[in-house]
Amino acid sequence: MDWAFLAISTVKIIGLVFLTILPMVAYSVWAERRVSAAIQDRVGPNRVGWAGLLQPMADGLKFILKEDLTPGHVRKTYYWMAPALTMIPSLLTCAVLPFGSRLFGEKMVIADLDVGPLFVFAIASLSVYGIVLAGWASNSKYPFLGGVRSTSQMISYEISLGLSIVPLLMIFGTLNLGEIVQYQAQNGWTLLPLWGEGLSLKGMLLAIPMFISFVIFTTSIFAETNRLPFDLPECETELVAGYHTEYSSMKFALFFLGEYAAMIIGSGLAVTLFLGGWSLPFGWLAPESTTAEVPFWHGLVHIGVFFAKVIAFILFFIWIRWSLPRFRYDQLMRLGWVFFFEIAVINVLLTAGIMMLPLGK
Amino acid sequence: MQQEFIPVLIQIVIATGFAVATLIASVLLGKRAKRNQMKDSAYECGMLPIGEGQARFSVKFYLVAMLFVLFDIEVVFLYPWAVSFKRLAVDGGQLVVFFSALSFIVILFVAYLYALRKGALEWKD
Repeated sequence: MDWAFLAISTVKIIGLVFLTILPMVAYSVWAERRVSAAIQDRVGPNRVGWAGLLQPMADGLKFILKEDLTPGHVRKTYYWMAPALTMIPSLLTCAVLPFGSRLFGEKMVIADLDVGPLFVFAIASLSVYGIVLAGWASNSKYPFLGGVRSTSQMISYEISLGLSIVPLLMIFGTLNLGEIVQYQAQNGWTLLPLWGEGLSLKGMLLAIPMFISFVIFTTSIFAETNRLPFDLPECETELVAGYHTEYSSMKFALFFLGEYAAMIIGSGLAVTLFLGGWSLPFGWLAPESTTAEVPFWHGLVHIGVFFAKVIAFILFFIWIRWSLPRFRYDQLMRLGWVFFFEIAVINVLLTAGIMMLPLGK
Repeated sequence: MQQEFIPVLIQIVIATGFAVATLIASVLLGKRAKRNQMKDSAYECGMLPIGEGQARFSVKFYLVAMLFVLFDIEVVFLYPWAVSFKRLAVDGGQLVVFFSALSFIVILFVAYLYALRKGALEWKD
């Protein structure tokens, strides 16, 4: 085994997970509170540090120092396992996301797998176990109902999530996310086919099913991460806090962390698949191929572009959360199973039809 | 074993370690919990809990889980087809590629319509 490879991988993991995603989680909570305050014409947290920027640190410290209580009526082993099981998968899914082209000749992705989106869906659906265990182990009514609801919601939207990217895979012809981004860098982003191969009649026509896919995918990501307008598993007015009602201190924080990490990685995946990942529009600074050398400052720009897009997407998440009311449960299941499922299947056939049109390349 | 998967293993170890470490840190650094009867009972907005913690729940949830297994496998089977579509759909191969997937989708769509007609996805009682 190659020790340099192991060391580089470890550096990438620590750099991405602990130095990027976890601070992003902390600051997206801060952003959520500030943006929601702005939307509701309030001020929001602004006392700890300049503009409240140290608030996430204070919150984290407080989570650790709080009373660590395991109530007497819970099933202890599973009660302790559940928060970890929710958080671990959401930290794992970022392994296949290409967060930049190349830096120092190294690919900016933790694991360059040929099964990118499948890996993300497989690992992300493992976090359902954490939620169902939390609901069951709490041995209490609200968490139980929240856990059951959350499970069926997450598995329902996984189908439309999976189906919505089938049309994309037909265009890209690969499951490797690095190659998908490379293709978009040269031939137009999925939603903006304005250069390269995308700039043709077929490319323009394909933008229609791609846009439908994007809507289904984004909505399903909202449902997967249990965020408003799909936050039924933890809707305060019916279920107090859903599956984490009985949790406190750091165990509650782990659920919170997992949820926000899932949101960030969901945004990252949407950006990678639909908005060109780390690439700039119109093929600017695009490398020749996935194996080509990339100048140092190009690599830095690509990383910056990727995270700028992800942050924009997170702000979109927050904006939606504070703008839309919550769905009713039967509406939610209907939307996922009837509306999105049918549209996604038709979308696959539509894409196949457009791709078969004799319009040249 | 394929070398690309080794970073994933490392990440599993690091992520698990992080989760366990934070849980232990909270036990070590957190305030010692003082128990009392109220803290040991299930939270029901201040009311005393009546009955078991696990209420019975609708059989609909089981149906949803079963349908999920069925249709998620359909989706996964579509992936290899989708990935090789561009490569296979050339020089008159288009119709074969298209209709082979179409027949698969139609069969599952019949099953889907059956579930729909049976009211398996209907939540309004």
